[in-house]
Amino acid sequence: MTATGASLTRPVVRKTPRTGIYGRQGSAGWLFVSPAVVILGVFLLLPILMALFVSFTAWNGQGSPFTSTVPMAGGDNYTNLFAKDGLTRLDFMTSIRNNLYYVLLVVPLQTVIALSLALVVNQRLLKGKSFFRTAFFFPSVTSSVAISVVFLFIFLNGGAVNAVLGFFGIQGPQWFQDSRGLLHVILGGLGLVNNDSPPAALTGHTAFGLSYWDWLAGPSVAMCAIIALVVWTTSGTFMLMFLSALQNLPTELDEASLLDGASRRQHLRYVTLPMLKPTLFLVLTLGLIGTWQVFDQVYVMSQGNPAKTTLTPAFLSYRTAFYDFNYGSGAAISFILFLIIITLTLLQRYIMRDRDDRRPLWRRLSKGGAR
Amino acid sequence: MKRPLPRLRVAILGTILALTATACGSSFNDNGNQQSAGKADLQILIGSSGDAETTAVKTAAASWASSTGNTATVTPAQDIGQQLGQAFAGGTPPDVFYVDASRFADYAKVGALEPYADKVKGGVNDFYPSLRATFTYQNKLYCIPKDFSTLTLQINNDLWTQAKLTDADIPTNWDQLTAAATKLKAAGITPLVIGDTRDRIGAFMVENGGWILSKDGATVTADSPQNLAALQYVQGLLKGGLAVYPKQVDAGWGGEAFGKGKVAMATEGNWIKGAMQHDYPNIKYKVVAMPAGPSGTKGTLSFTQCWGISSKTKFKDQAINFVEAMTTAQQQLAFTKAFGVMPSRISAKDGYLQQFPNDKPFIDSADFAQGPVNAPKMDSVLSDFDSQLQGLANGDPKAILTRLQTNATTALKG
Repeated sequence: MTATGASLTRPVVRKTPRTGIYGRQGSAGWLFVSPAVVILGVFLLLPILMALFVSFTAWNGQGSPFTSTVPMAGGDNYTNLFAKDGLTRLDFMTSIRNNLYYVLLVVPLQTVIALSLALVVNQRLLKGKSFFRTAFFFPSVTSSVAISVVFLFIFLNGGAVNAVLGFFGIQGPQWFQDSRGLLHVILGGLGLVNNDSPPAALTGHTAFGLSYWDWLAGPSVAMCAIIALVVWTTSGTFMLMFLSALQNLPTELDEASLLDGASRRQHLRYVTLPMLKPTLFLVLTLGLIGTWQVFDQVYVMSQGNPAKTTLTPAFLSYRTAFYDFNYGSGAAISFILFLIIITLTLLQRYIMRDRDDRRPLWRRLSKGGAR
Repeated sequence: MKRPLPRLRVAILGTILALTATACGSSFNDNGNQQSAGKADLQILIGSSGDAETTAVKTAAASWASSTGNTATVTPAQDIGQQLGQAFAGGTPPDVFYVDASRFADYAKVGALEPYADKVKGGVNDFYPSLRATFTYQNKLYCIPKDFSTLTLQINNDLWTQAKLTDADIPTNWDQLTAAATKLKAAGITPLVIGDTRDRIGAFMVENGGWILSKDGATVTADSPQNLAALQYVQGLLKGGLAVYPKQVDAGWGGEAFGKGKVAMATEGNWIKGAMQHDYPNIKYKVVAMPAGPSGTKGTLSFTQCWGISSKTKFKDQAINFVEAMTTAQQQLAFTKAFGVMPSRISAKDGYLQQFPNDKPFIDSADFAQGPVNAPKMDSVLSDFDSQLQGLANGDPKAILTRLQTNATTALKG
């Protein structure tokens, strides 16, 4: 143990005798962190490594995946998702498309709404502040399954949403049976394309087994209902984060900018927002991670229907593993999802990076900027 | 300031992790499969249709337990497919459980099921051959059919007479179905509701002598001309407004549309009886067999479940004994009375008809009914087919079947 303890210490310390005041600090440190390390290792790192191993096998869910009888699949589970023409790739790419549109709509919407709500309830003059704070936060602490079931009722063909639309003379869609893509509907409504015979230039070419026309479908009407639900539930949580950040902002800066004659918009744009940047990063990152992992709403509300337009990678991974007994493929999907999330988070970090001269374009172009 | 993790530490940590991994891994290993003597404690997982079924099975299990001195715990599943999948992977499946015909092959292929049928006392010849075929994988009968139901044609008496149709107009083949539907439509009545899945539209494929798989289940026959003609016929009905999907008339399923009097005919199974009795008691209707195809082939679809026994159970003999007790003609008739399914034994047919004389078309259909696709890895393929069928009215039947053929062939090979 002494030898390992010595090798742990820094080169400078290594030459000093063991009896020094810092002598056993290294070992003690390891001792103290060991419970956390062991727990993280056994319950976090180890299952991840086991799943990674499973993703390279053709394990069928019977017995242990770590015996010599389990057939190895090599990289097949991964190549089937990208390179091999078939239902596996088609389903996976459809789920990626669905989730991409979902993320593109949910993340900006929930961030903007959360920020607006936080700004509203942070106003000193607002009466009944705590009521509004509770009301906006309430959806976040309610079980997502319960909310999903309630939304199922609201979005019935003869449900509340369609009743309200009907009041304004709009014939509401059959939400959870409507597989039409939003972009298709809009383009068709504008008369730009004919949805019954879409342009051959788009249907004729495919990327990863899905035609360009399908890639450009947009979120389906059913997916829009799920998007509405998620934005409504999560913006409360993020409002809380923005709110706590807003309350930590120094009032001196507010007063200074008021004295300098900044308008409210200028104040928001050049004083408040730049100071909220760390929180904005947090909210965007959490939003990005959460939206790519959407599962429970899909599981409760639509199970991927109608016509696979609410299929998401997380749900597909679950179905592939536990219904088709294709555990290798299911694990592979979840690792691809993991990579997507990591990549996007790193990318976002790069875009939002601070304190250097390679400022993002939008800040370079804006006059003055935060600094 | 970062301090590099020394190699020895990493090695120790790695060893600890590896040891834990082995420990975790070995706990997966099943030590089951050997017979335990003495009293059994059977865990039974059922995918119950409702309280009536749960109570009936619990009562039957309790009386089996007390007469044999074992214990039996019946648990109704929320989602039996999910719970079984997780239980198999975790190595602790229930001893006895319902197996749906459409999921059967997946379970059999991975070895989760004990093929116990040859050990059943009294043999299995009394069970309907089509049901036995459904639960046969690679020429081996794995489990005993619990009960079954078939698709028939239901006719709303009032709407029928309103369109000045008589018993002579009851369709026995496709031409007559078209003719009756045309008359109904002319009278301003929506003629037929048909569910938008393979579980309803597939009946027309069978009536035309086609099906997704060959009789032996070895080859895919999805793109056969018979199937094409069947889909084209259904497409014609849909396009001509002679048939509608449930959601077109704001219904969740065919029975709802039929019960609300929105359509004159429906193609549903035995389960429509319960719905009509409880939710729509005022609708008078009659049940007839599905119309035959152009060549006179009778056909319909059957749906069934079996009593699966886990290959890992420690109480194999007791489990088989339990299944025997649950599938006697007498017990099946008791279940029939409680929750309205049809007994899977041919010898129970007469008793069933005495109880429910009006249900003759349902049970007679057993002779020509086609069970669900019972090949492994087909679930995602068939749900893809379903999503295509949802757009059948404006779709290309040939393209739909070609796509099914390609996907199913790939799945069957893998």
